[in-house]
Amino acid sequence: MTETSPLRTAALSRRSFLVTIGATGIAVAFGGLPSGASGAETAPATAGDFKPNVWVTIASDGIVSIICPASEMGQGVMTSLPLLIAEDMDADWDKVRIVQAPSDAEKYGNPGFYGVQITGGSETMRGYYQPLRLVGAQTRKVILAIAASQLNVPVSELATEPNRVVHARSGRSLDYGEIAAIGELPDPLPEATDADVKPLDQCRYIGRRDIDRIDVPAKVDGTARFGIDVELPDMLYGAVLRAPVPGEAPESIDDVAARAVKGITHIVSLPYGVGVIGESYDAARRAKDLLNVTWSNSSRVRRYDSSRLAESYRDVGRDLTRAGVASHTQGDAPAAIAGAARIIAADYVTDHVHHATMEPMNATAVVLGDTVEVWAPTQGPTATQGFAAGAAGTTPDKVKVHTTLLGGGFGRRAEADFIVDAVSLAKEVQGRPVKVIWSREDDVRHGKYRPLAAQHVQVGLDEAGNIVGWRHRVVADSIFARTLPDMFAGDGGQDTVVTDGTIFSYRVPTHLVEFIRQNNGRDVGFWRAVGYGQNNFGVECIIDEVAAAKGIDPVAFRLELLSGQPRAQRVIEAVAEMAEWDRPREGRALGLAYTDAFDAHCAQVAEVSLNRESGEIRVHNVWCVVDPGVAIQPLNIEAQVAGAIVHGASHALYEQINIVDGETQESNFDTYRVMRMSEMPDIHVRVTPTPENKPAGIGEVGLPPTGPAIANAVARLTGGVRLRHYPFLPERVLAALNG
Amino acid sequence: MTAFTINGKAIDVAAEPDTPLLWVIREHLKLTGTKFGCGIALCGACTVHIDGEPMRSCQTQLQDVAGRQVTTIEGLSPDASHPLQKAWIAEQVPQCGYCQSGQIMQAAALLETNPNPTREQIVEHMDGNICRCGTYGRIISAIERAAQEA
Repeated sequence: MTETSPLRTAALSRRSFLVTIGATGIAVAFGGLPSGASGAETAPATAGDFKPNVWVTIASDGIVSIICPASEMGQGVMTSLPLLIAEDMDADWDKVRIVQAPSDAEKYGNPGFYGVQITGGSETMRGYYQPLRLVGAQTRKVILAIAASQLNVPVSELATEPNRVVHARSGRSLDYGEIAAIGELPDPLPEATDADVKPLDQCRYIGRRDIDRIDVPAKVDGTARFGIDVELPDMLYGAVLRAPVPGEAPESIDDVAARAVKGITHIVSLPYGVGVIGESYDAARRAKDLLNVTWSNSSRVRRYDSSRLAESYRDVGRDLTRAGVASHTQGDAPAAIAGAARIIAADYVTDHVHHATMEPMNATAVVLGDTVEVWAPTQGPTATQGFAAGAAGTTPDKVKVHTTLLGGGFGRRAEADFIVDAVSLAKEVQGRPVKVIWSREDDVRHGKYRPLAAQHVQVGLDEAGNIVGWRHRVVADSIFARTLPDMFAGDGGQDTVVTDGTIFSYRVPTHLVEFIRQNNGRDVGFWRAVGYGQNNFGVECIIDEVAAAKGIDPVAFRLELLSGQPRAQRVIEAVAEMAEWDRPREGRALGLAYTDAFDAHCAQVAEVSLNRESGEIRVHNVWCVVDPGVAIQPLNIEAQVAGAIVHGASHALYEQINIVDGETQESNFDTYRVMRMSEMPDIHVRVTPTPENKPAGIGEVGLPPTGPAIANAVARLTGGVRLRHYPFLPERVLAALNG
Repeated sequence: MTAFTINGKAIDVAAEPDTPLLWVIREHLKLTGTKFGCGIALCGACTVHIDGEPMRSCQTQLQDVAGRQVTTIEGLSPDASHPLQKAWIAEQVPQCGYCQSGQIMQAAALLETNPNPTREQIVEHMDGNICRCGTYGRIISAIERAAQEA
């Protein structure tokens, strides 16, 4: 992400967010067509003529089009965000159509994410919740003002029902379509404040289990349009052969055989690979496979060997003379630990993992002179504008981005390498669209993996067994150093996304978190839950190790460390009850883990068995209780958390990228193993909303606790055998068993 | 030219005979509901029916379907009314949705031959279809619902 400067802008204030209201909105067609389901639907641009603000268009037939500002990648925001506006404007949800926002951060950027359009970090609902409810409330006030004028009554005598303004005293009413037909915006425009937002107990839509996701019908009949499905007139297809080792460039290209493939029109040398353009994707991919390229031999990534580095990082973590950047300092933890009666210390290592979105990377672009148009399954329209501009030699304002549905994101689609491919090739065929599709092998080999990381965690106990100090050292390459270099430098070399999860709700008297940055040249990126996904492993496992050393129950120990934290305590107590924590199982054991990631509280219990001959772990059940604060769509929260548990179990048990001499060894689902249906545990999710709290991010929080819950269960099953290296491959389990 | 039937309609396709059926369906026939996931029959996203059998279209060549009946997600029912499609909506199965065409086509072939599968039979039949969002639990529920309601 070269677009660092907008991210340095202070978050927009609520006031400035609402300033854009009243400007003329532009409804932009969204690819997914309605397919006859009830409830709100995705829709093409309407002919609506009434735009109370840039978010809402009301047509004279009462159809209400609402902008979705964020990328739909499976987490449900295309429903849950427009629902907020519909709620407070009192729209009839059955008459709502969803329109995907154009690339326009000024209007649609996330106020909780530096005002840019990026979907990630579980920031979407957290950042947009109150602003979009205010948009809804403001829309309703505009509608009421027009109705008051039309009916010649004071606004105070009016009420709204879905899509209708009612004047009870006279028995008259106006449909929103009729008001739209009047078309005159009041001057001045009414403004909304928090006091205009409905109390939750008066909400019609928020919290309901029977409001379906609007994207589902198109996803069961083949009509949903993902990036890979973009079809444009006169379109060409592209494929890119990337250097096997990042950082290398083509030195000589033998493309005789590739050019001979029927339908190939262009072979393009790129700084990082060779692009092929042809009349069909099949031709492009065949030609790509026939390229014979001599690569440069100077990339420092050639020295990258992931298994050697894992050992090295572990050594760095243990070596307390290797200073890092302090990310969190509470008291003097090293001194407290030095004076402790007992120290529990352990190292946790997490291998690289890959996103493996089911839709491989792809993008479509047209370049004509200094203008660029991109159609892409992207999490970051704003960054896409910047990268596309860079590739085309123009400025971001000349780049228009159409965000399609995303066939999975998990952080991978916050990147722009696939955008740059499409723009670079489209530049060669001015005016003609080029759709670039990565093969699965391209996708796996050229991922932006979660950093390889080692954690050294030390907990000091006094004579009575009380924790006196907690020190957590995270050793890894930095994500922010590449993606947000200004912020990384401004923060003194901290990487808060890599150390996420090391600061927690547990009460400890002294606490030090250090980030010891490694810099080995291989790009690393945002992978679902990012730092929490690795660091919760260290935190939750060492807590069990301390509990075991003290001889107390892990549930009781956590409840004690979370005194004064009722939300945390309640999810732990509830999950222990669901799982029947105290009931012994023949040949199986339970393990617990908890996280407070993304403003949620989530506790999980895993039930495992172990084949001591093969080293294979079987996860039979996972129970989970999650407190999301306000639950906008409880049924979707259950789905997100259940899916994240599959993802979390998959990465703790199977997922691993090995890099040897700079080259990724895995290439497809045969070598990059992900969890299949037969391997899935039975998952039991209970959502326990606390409506007095703001909505939490919910797409990622279910992932971090699954791995440590499994490790803790294995330890309890085996009398204390600790698994401290993701993934828990059978050979690693056997090595741990044989101690 | 290769002649075959797609979703009940007889067609001739002018593509190289060894073109993967997947790309013929997506690019020549513009039926984009069938998805590219792995290219080597490991994930099931490209599943279609060939003479009623679930097949991975990425590993099927155009010449292999000459004279045969191919059904894609678009042809499973005329109006998204197949019991599985209705059950998929009722159970709110999809998240990102990218794998779901393949999941539904794979499941439809199961119900054709086994209208009341056990959970174990469902899992065995569906195990070749990967869902990265982890919707497996709801897929099972939807297949069970469709079997009951069909």
